[in-house]
Amino acid sequence: MFEAIAFYLFAFLTITMFYITVTTSQALYALTALAAGMIFISAFFFILGADFLGAVQIVVYSGAVMALYAFGMMFFDTTREVKEKNGNKYIVSGLSILVAIVVVVIFAAPMVTDNITALYPMTEGVGNTQDVGMVLFTKYLVPFEVAAIMLLVAMIAGIILAGKDMDVSKTTTEDAELQEINEGVTS
Amino acid sequence: MMEIGLNHYLVLSTILFAIGLIGVMRRKNLLLLFFATEILLNSVNIAFAAISHFYGDLTGQMFAFFVIAIAASEVAVGLGLLIVWHKRHNNINLDQMTSMKG
Repeated sequence: MFEAIAFYLFAFLTITMFYITVTTSQALYALTALAAGMIFISAFFFILGADFLGAVQIVVYSGAVMALYAFGMMFFDTTREVKEKNGNKYIVSGLSILVAIVVVVIFAAPMVTDNITALYPMTEGVGNTQDVGMVLFTKYLVPFEVAAIMLLVAMIAGIILAGKDMDVSKTTTEDAELQEINEGVTS
Repeated sequence: MMEIGLNHYLVLSTILFAIGLIGVMRRKNLLLLFFATEILLNSVNIAFAAISHFYGDLTGQMFAFFVIAIAASEVAVGLGLLIVWHKRHNNINLDQMTSMKG
């Protein structure tokens, strides 16, 4: 009963927030609606008993990703109205719904055959966080380390790309002049 | 109606994925295009968590973790590139990204 109420409430809220995100012409509204939608999505994870995933969702998306976007938006002119492509609406909507249904079929097709068995079944009497830790640090240790290296590479790339030549304006400087500055930096 | 099953979550995931795809197709501003890709990744995460719950298997949650890690690194690199582009051209319009010369 309460599960149903919570599901429908958060489904409605999530769909509304994400609809605002993709339709609004103000970048700031899109950012706040997206942050709200991320938090509402974590509610589904809590309903589904994936407590640790819900906590990670809040920390990573509403904390890290949204903070990154907020800082990134300071570089851009976000007060300007966003112009949109005005293509054929029916083609866009039709294609989107078609592709979404294909994705669900990809997910659902193995279940219809009804012969999937749990590879790493949940242990009884153990909290979700402990359960996740046991599987993550035994069976998924190598992907976990690879993900860690990937995040490190991404962090270094972000710092290098955004932080290089902070004091040089690249829009007002001519290309040739910029090349000289770059060569001066590298040599 | 009152019993929430796997199908409910899959339908919700489909709706969110469709919203994200509509966003990807109609946005011209690259920052808002990034927001739409976040919606796509999140809708798939819901499907993973739901299947993980209803089949009593932890693999779905593991994949959701890796999807979150990939989304975080995508944002870091993407925003860095976007800032460089904005410094050079003073806009982040997708239609003007036609030249590939360095």
